[in-house]
Amino acid sequence: MKVVLRHPTREVEVDGLSTVSSVLKRLDILPDTVLVIRNGELLMSSEHLEPDDVIELRPVISGG
Amino acid sequence: MKCRVCKGKAAIKIRRHNAAFCPEHFTEHAIRQVEKAIKDFDMIKPGDRLLLGVSGGKDSLALWDILTKLGYGVDGVYLELGIGGVDDHAYSDVSRRYCETFASNRGLKLEIVDLSTRYGFTIPEAATQTKRVPCSVCGLSKRYILNQAALDGKYDALVMGHNLDDEAATLMGNVLQWNTEYIGRQHPVLSASKDGLIRKVKPLIRLAERETAAYCVLNGIDYEVEECPMVEGNTGIKMKEWLNELEDRAPGAKHRFLFGYLERVSDRFATEQPELTICQSCGQPTTGATCAFCRLEIRMKS
Ligand code: SF4
Ligand SMILES: [Zn+2]
Ligand SMILES: [Zn+2]
Repeated sequence: MKVVLRHPTREVEVDGLSTVSSVLKRLDILPDTVLVIRNGELLMSSEHLEPDDVIELRPVISGG
Repeated sequence: MKCRVCKGKAAIKIRRHNAAFCPEHFTEHAIRQVEKAIKDFDMIKPGDRLLLGVSGGKDSLALWDILTKLGYGVDGVYLELGIGGVDDHAYSDVSRRYCETFASNRGLKLEIVDLSTRYGFTIPEAATQTKRVPCSVCGLSKRYILNQAALDGKYDALVMGHNLDDEAATLMGNVLQWNTEYIGRQHPVLSASKDGLIRKVKPLIRLAERETAAYCVLNGIDYEVEECPMVEGNTGIKMKEWLNELEDRAPGAKHRFLFGYLERVSDRFATEQPELTICQSCGQPTTGATCAFCRLEIRMKS
């Protein structure tokens, strides 16, 4: 599946995983530091993912 | 997991409350948290005229939306800091547009203060000239200009969008250095002072930043997602990362750290406040003869 990352905006391909929490673990991201968004909807960690999904991992930490 | 309220499909889990919510009941939960913070800390009095500092980010826009839903009339002020960006993404311009769109869609009043036209310099210029970390000149400028805007507009209080993570990170930074003077000044309500400091309140203190971001996504509020390109050197971010590691292992740690301090410890630090005098150049309160912002302004003119 396609994963959109921010700061700066870029895309990575992640294969062979089927839940939000496994994607976060693979990318070494703490679940509470991002929102996971698919088609404008928030996904919980337990959500099932399909190989052709596009998901955005949007960081929620901000500085200023 | 199911929504705690309606048992429908949950969209977000909040580990420190050990609860999950559907979009509708999450929104309700967030509004109640703000309402509770306002009440617990006696932040707003009936009839207060409120000015909210808006940045175009998730926190201030979520807060503007929530306060409006709670029935408060709140005007906004946006500071144009002149921060550019990477890859044609002009950070300040884009951020301003989010604020303008938000305000015009809801018929809310938004004032824009342009640092460059009003004071003759931008944040990048000030950082270069003074060789200081951008966030440090930016922070002092924002504090000064927001206070001035609230005084000029005869508002009763300045409302800020600091959330639980912001406040816990600030406290952590100050505790690690035992900056007792700053620790003593940290409170979600800072009273007005007779010499011209406006009352400052922080109603988002019970919401984590993930929750204000989720509030925006679930309520169709577009905000600036990209990080400020000048954030390098900001110590708050490091503190937030450490606190997030801690929170991951012990959900609720951030809340307990901050609220334990506010409810049980803050009194012990409250006395160490410096005497304020009036800045000889602008009349705003300061601890020296000339305030930090006026010194910066003089430096930028030379
Ligand atoms: S990150 Fe720093 S420079 Fe950028 S807006 Fe925030 S305080 Fe200012
Ligand atoms: Zn529900
Ligand atoms: Zn001054």
